[in-house]
Amino acid sequence: MNRYPLWKYLIIAVALIVSTLYTLPNFYGESPAVQVSTSRSAIAIDTALMDRVEKSLAAAKLPADGIYLDGNSLKVRFHDPDTQIKARDLIQQELGDNYIIALNLLSSSPAWFAKLKAHPMFLGLDLRGGVHFLLEVDMKAAVDKTIERYSGDIRRELRAKKIRYGTLKRVGDSLELGMRDAASLKAAEDVLARMLPNLTLKTDDTLNKLVISIKPEEFVKIQTDAVKQNITTLHNRVNELGVAEPVIQQQGANRIVVQLPGVQDTAKAKDILGRTATLEVRMVEDDPAKVAEAQSGLVPSGYELLDEATGRGGVQKILVKKDVELTGDNINDAQPGFDENGTAAVHINLDSAGASIFRQVTADNIGRRMAMILVEKGKAEVVTAPVIRSEIGGGRVQISGSMNPAEANDVALLLRAGSLAAPMNIIEERTVGPSLGKDNIEKGFNSTLYGFVAIAIFMLIYYRVFGMISAVSLAVNVLMLVALLSMLQATLTLPGIAAIALTLGMAIDANVLINERVREEVRNGVTPQAAIKAGYDHAWATILDSNITTLIAGLALLIFGSGPVRGFAVVHCLGILTSMFSAVMVSRGLVNLVYGSRRRVAKLSV
Amino acid sequence: MELLHFKKDIPFMSYGKLTTAISLLTFLLSVFFLFSKGLHFSVEFTGGTVMEVQYTQPVELNSVRSKLDGLKLGEATVQSLGTSRDVLIRLPNLKDRTSAQLSNQVLAALQADNTQVELRKVEFVGPQVGEELVTSGLTALVLVCAGIMLYLAIRFEWRFAVAAILANMHDVVIILGCFALFQWEFSLTVLAAVLAVLGYSVNESVVVFDRIRENFRKSGMRGKTTAQVIDNAITATMSRTIITHGSTEAMVLAMLVFGGPALHGFATALTIGIVFGIYSSVLVASPIALALGVKREHMIKPVKPKEEAVV
Repeated sequence: MNRYPLWKYLIIAVALIVSTLYTLPNFYGESPAVQVSTSRSAIAIDTALMDRVEKSLAAAKLPADGIYLDGNSLKVRFHDPDTQIKARDLIQQELGDNYIIALNLLSSSPAWFAKLKAHPMFLGLDLRGGVHFLLEVDMKAAVDKTIERYSGDIRRELRAKKIRYGTLKRVGDSLELGMRDAASLKAAEDVLARMLPNLTLKTDDTLNKLVISIKPEEFVKIQTDAVKQNITTLHNRVNELGVAEPVIQQQGANRIVVQLPGVQDTAKAKDILGRTATLEVRMVEDDPAKVAEAQSGLVPSGYELLDEATGRGGVQKILVKKDVELTGDNINDAQPGFDENGTAAVHINLDSAGASIFRQVTADNIGRRMAMILVEKGKAEVVTAPVIRSEIGGGRVQISGSMNPAEANDVALLLRAGSLAAPMNIIEERTVGPSLGKDNIEKGFNSTLYGFVAIAIFMLIYYRVFGMISAVSLAVNVLMLVALLSMLQATLTLPGIAAIALTLGMAIDANVLINERVREEVRNGVTPQAAIKAGYDHAWATILDSNITTLIAGLALLIFGSGPVRGFAVVHCLGILTSMFSAVMVSRGLVNLVYGSRRRVAKLSV
Repeated sequence: MELLHFKKDIPFMSYGKLTTAISLLTFLLSVFFLFSKGLHFSVEFTGGTVMEVQYTQPVELNSVRSKLDGLKLGEATVQSLGTSRDVLIRLPNLKDRTSAQLSNQVLAALQADNTQVELRKVEFVGPQVGEELVTSGLTALVLVCAGIMLYLAIRFEWRFAVAAILANMHDVVIILGCFALFQWEFSLTVLAAVLAVLGYSVNESVVVFDRIRENFRKSGMRGKTTAQVIDNAITATMSRTIITHGSTEAMVLAMLVFGGPALHGFATALTIGIVFGIYSSVLVASPIALALGVKREHMIKPVKPKEEAVV
């Protein structure tokens, strides 16, 4: 009666094989690698680039262990960190500033593991070292900025249509426009309703007042856009750092998580994240005499020779004046799009102050070029330098030229990136040095190992053959849990390791319940085979009840916990599930193998 | 090998008065310490900055303190972290500086006279995060209790559910009381441990209750009183209780000894939780269930006689 049908053994065998397979990559360790990626959509990471990197490495006699093209990045593996650093510098030099070259660690497991999607466990920052920030976007500031922009737009529209208005003032989150009489009120309402469809207009006929408020859905859009734009900006800044696998995610309505694993120079990371890039509009000097003079090394005073990106990774020199006409503070928005001829363009929206300055500048400089310059890290780069064809008023600027849609997208992104949509505050920060991360892994692993060994020895002495079976199923539990964590790529943190340890300590409960029950049945004079069956059957109800109550607690932790608590809860919940399988099904399978096939069992070793 | 095999049932329920008195006393003491001393919350809850630095040479804490005092950052505390080379620095939140600037500034000051210092860890938490953690922590606690009670009420009986939760809360309050009494740091990981104890310790009660229910169904137990039935259930599960807890405790002790400072609070909370978990499931939960009047009829649904149609 204590025989499993073949399919049950097959399930156990398959579970064991799969678990072993997915656990294995964790034992291979990691080897140093260099990762090449780009933030510009105009630049492709392809086999041509792979070729270029391979050739330059071969030329410099830096042997690579392997080169892989992986989605949007190129990974080159090296034998030792020394070669890795040299190769990083070489590749950086070879490819230039348009690529992000980062140091990374790649799993050294054989390639066929990667094909099976068998990767090592994903380690959290507390285990591998790095920086974690939680930033909160100041939504009030984002709303303020938008309302300001709209009041500028309203003034401009009314002036353009020559409608005379009284005062425009802000009341709470809405604007009040005072008009002289009913006729002009009607006219203003018509114009604004047509030109600014995102606003809700309400007329107050007795006071000749127009109450203008932003539609609720527009408010939501402002907030989501503000967070999105800040995320884009952060991405750009993080790219400067050359982090291999940065995590930049929205959390809740107005928060952004930034995680930079493996960052060694944490001070620099904080510096760059907190930095503000600025956009400047300056005039270009195309006078051939002055340009020649500058290129010979004698830059005239009041001028600067800057780099201009020409797309496709190239760079050319351009001479610009030092006087700043306009800064990025006056840019409200920049979006990629198309001009009236259907070629790719970037549409820029300026605020009212910016609009009037821009009109003045363009009126004075028709036929000349103006440069949009992004100043970051004290280094200025010309994003684009279009020719002014006519006076541009109204604060809506369109840049078009020899751009393809992807480049237009990049330029719009760079222009937007210059400024944050709303200020952000760091509300949580965690920095873990790499040496502490290593210590944490070692200590966590050791304590789990020692605890496991202690339990296994005790079980062996106390329950003999049944104890041996319990210890084996506990080991299977660890195997399955690690495999599951590797498969799901759930982030393993130090509390997660603690959860593995605790789950093991608790999982043995099921086996103790079973073994005690079997002993009890034997003591009551039941035959050995019947005792095994009765022991497992009786214990099952208890095991189920106690695991479900534990699972309830685990799930609550998972839902309401944050940070370390969640890291604990994920592993804990998974561990409860695997322990039910291993403690009941696997151990019964083993017991059946040992005792089930014998016709006569005189005595159980329990 | 067998350690615990009792020939006769131990009359646990007759000690009911004594154990209830002990429980009540420890419980009240814990509550007293919680209110008089309060919990020593970590930065995660209170907001502030914590830095962990490691020197290559042993360092005098006073010299670190004097360097920090020079920066005028408010009330900074400096303590050693296990060895004389590892130092933990706590700083309050400052309005005019971000944590990034703060920690950079402190590190620069510590490295000023060419001392070899490595920054091992920085943690900064703004005040708004702490409040959220407290609310979500409490929500989790309440939901865990509600979920477990609901499950036990469906699976067993409401009297058992109430008894199990009371016994559990007793464990949790005692852990918190210990943390308040010794002013150990109460961090998020400790909170995770406390909630894990809640799930773990209810396990204990469930095993005993399960046995009680089974006993009620046994024909051999017909003539016995409820107290005797409970005594038998506890005695029968005693061996398992001790061994299971011993195993879990072995694991937790391994963490306490080898896990380093990061796991210390977690392991401490669990150690206390497990010790009191044994006690409470045996000597708190069952007497409460008994006091609430658990009877055989509650566990075994009487077969309903078919209602005859009224003509």
